[in-house]
Amino acid sequence: MTATVDLLPPATPPSEPRQPRRLSSGLQPSDRIFHGGVTSIGMVVLALTGAIGLFLGYQSIPTLHHYGLRFFTQTQWLPQLDKIGIAAVLVGTVEVALVAMVVAFPLALMFALFITDYAPKRMKSWLISTVDLMAAVPSIIYGLWGFFLLQPHAINLARWLSQYFGWFPLFHVDTDPNAAVWQQSRYTSSAFIAGLAVSMMAIPLACAIMRGVFDQAPLGEREAAMALGGTRFGVARTVVLPFAKGGVIGGTMLALGRALGETAAVLIIISPAYAIKPRVLEAGTQTTSALIAGNFGNATKSQLSALLTAGFVLFLITLAVNSVAAVFIRRSRSGTGTEI
Amino acid sequence: MPQGAGPAGLDAQGICAWFGRTQVLDDVTLSVPPAMVTALIGPSGCGKSTFLRILNRMHESTEGAQMAGEVYLSGEDIYGPGHRLTDVRKQIGMVFQKPNPFPSMSIADNVTAGLGLTNTKVSRSAKVALVEECLTRAGLWSEVKDRLDRPGAALSGGQQQRLCIARSLAVRPKVLLMDEPCSALDPTSTRRIEDTIAELKDEVTIVIVTHNMQQAVRVSQRAAFFLAEPGTPGGIVEQGTTVDLFEHPQDPRTSDYVNGRFG
Repeated sequence: MTATVDLLPPATPPSEPRQPRRLSSGLQPSDRIFHGGVTSIGMVVLALTGAIGLFLGYQSIPTLHHYGLRFFTQTQWLPQLDKIGIAAVLVGTVEVALVAMVVAFPLALMFALFITDYAPKRMKSWLISTVDLMAAVPSIIYGLWGFFLLQPHAINLARWLSQYFGWFPLFHVDTDPNAAVWQQSRYTSSAFIAGLAVSMMAIPLACAIMRGVFDQAPLGEREAAMALGGTRFGVARTVVLPFAKGGVIGGTMLALGRALGETAAVLIIISPAYAIKPRVLEAGTQTTSALIAGNFGNATKSQLSALLTAGFVLFLITLAVNSVAAVFIRRSRSGTGTEI
Repeated sequence: MPQGAGPAGLDAQGICAWFGRTQVLDDVTLSVPPAMVTALIGPSGCGKSTFLRILNRMHESTEGAQMAGEVYLSGEDIYGPGHRLTDVRKQIGMVFQKPNPFPSMSIADNVTAGLGLTNTKVSRSAKVALVEECLTRAGLWSEVKDRLDRPGAALSGGQQQRLCIARSLAVRPKVLLMDEPCSALDPTSTRRIEDTIAELKDEVTIVIVTHNMQQAVRVSQRAAFFLAEPGTPGGIVEQGTTVDLFEHPQDPRTSDYVNGRFG
């Protein structure tokens, strides 16, 4: 025993507190190259996003300098009269996006649940590719679809809603819905119809994320619910949905980010109106992206700056929405498992 | 209160099972008498767990799984027409190898989760009584009675497994299937579960799959030895009372297994 002890280096009392050791990773050269490669590509993505933000921010300076806070409170967009503001446009943007999400959320949730928990296996892959295909359809097609195919029918729904729920400010339309010859043009080109078209683009995105988290619901908990005599709906309600709550919220918000920025379809459907109004069924609205797309072709230098400022605001809003979504999605996978 | 049931026997006749094209069980016949503990023993991969999952129709929830044969509960084939899958699973409960409480629910809600899943409506006071009764029967009440509203996932592994037993008992099963319920637990927790099994056996018929032969001897009155020769589907080599199977095995393979010469 003593011999072993003697072999140890003499114990010097530590004169200063011990520091953590520095460990070298000892990577192979090939590993280093790959590591460097993916790191720099990742940095490029960050740099690109940052550069877009910086560009937009820089371009906004003259406008914000000239109009100040009025830019956010002015509803009109009349460059000739030097009256420019995004108050109405922002409200319209949010209205179209919210209509889209009200339609897209339940549909995406049910599609995703059907795919993961109800559909027979053979149907499953087929359904997944169909929903993914919805995401691949160009938005201009949804715009044309919304304008030519959907609108003639959707105005009947809009009229019905205003007939029975017109007392609610959102569904009010400034015309008599019960008139024998009703004014169809009061119901066309509205935030409601634009929102319906945009929802077609929000559904596949929300559905893909929800499907992903539903599939991750632990098999052990699913089996526990089944073994208690649970129906498929019972399993979904008890296990799958509580597990996937974060993913459902996150997926919805990502789709909301998509809906906020949608341009082509909205531009085709709406007729521009610059007024803050909650009446989503009524003709006329304007969104930020449609404003930019519709006006930048014949814009002067100062008008272009104003449009880019509107774009900068939209950029910041979608960035915030997506960041919140990312937090929810990340949280949904931790802390819910039953690892022992 | 959910239906009072009392223990019932199970009769499995000519059970075969397949995963895809691979047959894993061939012509297994086993009688499980009521109000007793029946242990299924045998080396890994011999089809014990598959057989157990056939007894409450969990087998068919696996992709590509098929079966043949009949399982009689109180004289009626649970695979017969007119038997709802959910009713069968309600009457024949299951405790899994890995404790699987619902992590988003409190301890009390975990116990009563089966009521919601089977759309059984009970009053609040009946629920409170049921929680206490089932946790007591599962041997967990004294440890958790002061924190029933805490999440079930915050318990230790052994406590979680007893919570799962309590959860199964709350829907009043006639039979309780246990698939290696102690294999993820430490010896003390294992002992607690075995005590619980001993206390439960008069109220509910228990079928337990175990790798631990001492455990089979300690908890069961009857036993069946499963074996799968290489390349062939599994089946029962020998069954009978636990004492006979371990002390006077008829088949040399049983003798070799229970004496630890293979497996």
